[in-house]
Amino acid sequence: MDLKELYQEIILDHGKNPRNLRKTENFNKDAKGYNPLCGDKVHVYLKLDEDKKVQDISFEGQGCAISMASASIMTDLVRGKEEKEVKEIIKDFLEMIREKDQLNTKILKENEKTKLMCLSGVKKYPMRVKCATLSWHTLTSAIDNTQEEINSERID
Amino acid sequence: MNIENIKKQFPIFNNKVHNNDLVYLDSANSSQKPQVVVDRIYDFYSKEFSNVGRSVHYLAVAATNLYEETRSLMQKFINAKDPHEIVFTKGATEAINLVANTFGQKFLKEGDEIILTELEHHSNYVPWHYLRRSKGVQIKFAEINQEGEISLESIEKLISSKTKMIAITHLSNVTGAILPIKEITQLAHSKNIPVLVDGCQGAPHLKLDMQDIGCDFYAISCHKMYGPTGLGILYAKKKWLESLPPYQGGGGMISEVKKDGITFGDLPNKYEAGTMATAQVIAFAESIKFLNQIGIKNIEKYESELTKYGEEVLRKNNSVKLVGNPKNKGSVLSFTLDGIHAHDIATILDEDGVAIRAGHHCCQILHDKLGLSATARASLGVYNTKSDIDKLNESINKCKKIFNK
Repeated sequence: MDLKELYQEIILDHGKNPRNLRKTENFNKDAKGYNPLCGDKVHVYLKLDEDKKVQDISFEGQGCAISMASASIMTDLVRGKEEKEVKEIIKDFLEMIREKDQLNTKILKENEKTKLMCLSGVKKYPMRVKCATLSWHTLTSAIDNTQEEINSERID
Repeated sequence: MNIENIKKQFPIFNNKVHNNDLVYLDSANSSQKPQVVVDRIYDFYSKEFSNVGRSVHYLAVAATNLYEETRSLMQKFINAKDPHEIVFTKGATEAINLVANTFGQKFLKEGDEIILTELEHHSNYVPWHYLRRSKGVQIKFAEINQEGEISLESIEKLISSKTKMIAITHLSNVTGAILPIKEITQLAHSKNIPVLVDGCQGAPHLKLDMQDIGCDFYAISCHKMYGPTGLGILYAKKKWLESLPPYQGGGGMISEVKKDGITFGDLPNKYEAGTMATAQVIAFAESIKFLNQIGIKNIEKYESELTKYGEEVLRKNNSVKLVGNPKNKGSVLSFTLDGIHAHDIATILDEDGVAIRAGHHCCQILHDKLGLSATARASLGVYNTKSDIDKLNESINKCKKIFNK
């Protein structure tokens, strides 16, 4: 059943107890995201070290189980990765949510991919895809330092 | 009122949603359409179509008569004094924009004040905001009380010598509060201030009498009244329609056009530039007849009882919190569920065929005030029954189960 695919145990767990829901001290990059349709807000904080590796990542915000779980899992998976690896993970995730059946990146381990694939249930709910992608677009904005609030209605 | 017979007139209920019977609880957003309205659009386009008000041929004359018949029906439906006080627009949004724009142009200057309420839908705030930017007018918001109501006093204390317009909702699309619009109008008029009422949620559910209420403007959304989309109505007192400048320019609204000057047409043409939503206007006559046949007072009574039943059922359900508790309440049940976001509720309910709305319902000012980012909203129409409320409650329980609440 589709609902069970959407609200898997791991989504409910991350939705209820989001990891990294805080503000990184001495962050050096950040960005805000907003979904005007539902009012969901997210603020992503990033601390990159000298080698452009993610030393810490965190987020603040409020939203539905899908958006909170997505941000929570995202922040867990990109910690310790290099900036360009993070971008590859984001690209892979967004492609999977839009059209692909699986994740192709070699950067994530199999168990990490399995965890991320838990969000794929959202594909059957087109109105909810933006809940899952908002934090990822916001992370891109933080890395690129665009200084512009991500608005889910202005992106694909 | 035989709801079963009424419901049978709506073909949408013959369809299944995710293999379930449709429980449609989103009428505050847009209502479903009875067969007579659907048929009228089909018949008009297939047998009677012509543009109105221009040509002299048989079809044009017949279509023009039908178009004007809707105007007269609407005049009677809301007891306006004159059919020319009914202006067709593309929606209630355009109706409010029309007033804000033309009234602003002619009467407002920097420092003038407009009073709105915290309950307003964005369509009764954004058009006034434009005047804040273009003219430097000030906007004041009357505050809600604990029950989510607007009292006469909350408006009275904002009135000053600079107040030039009071624009308020008739019935909140979130808390369901019905505002004392007649008393507010009397108060405003005693200080020479005109009143605009956003009647989107009022017109489909409450008996209206423009001459009794006395307001200057009343905006109506036809698709919430079991009518077609793309159509709204602005009721405005004749003195305003005669004194305000035209809104949009184009064909149909002029009297004489010369290279060095233009004179404008009389009412109602002055405000109906270009080819209007002809088929929608003509089909909307069927919506009015449909409402008249049931009787708007019967609808008001039935929906009020159903709303009370809904409140009782939802109050008994632990972890459901109703948004607002107005004494005088329309058929809107907004709620939150402890620890479950409104969008998750809406998705889970949808699986059972229960259609509700989730989000801020175009009322961000109100949601900010309530400290809520989103709420779930079940809103009722003439086709809803107690069994729909029971199904809503069952699906809410399913949400709680999925989220282990």
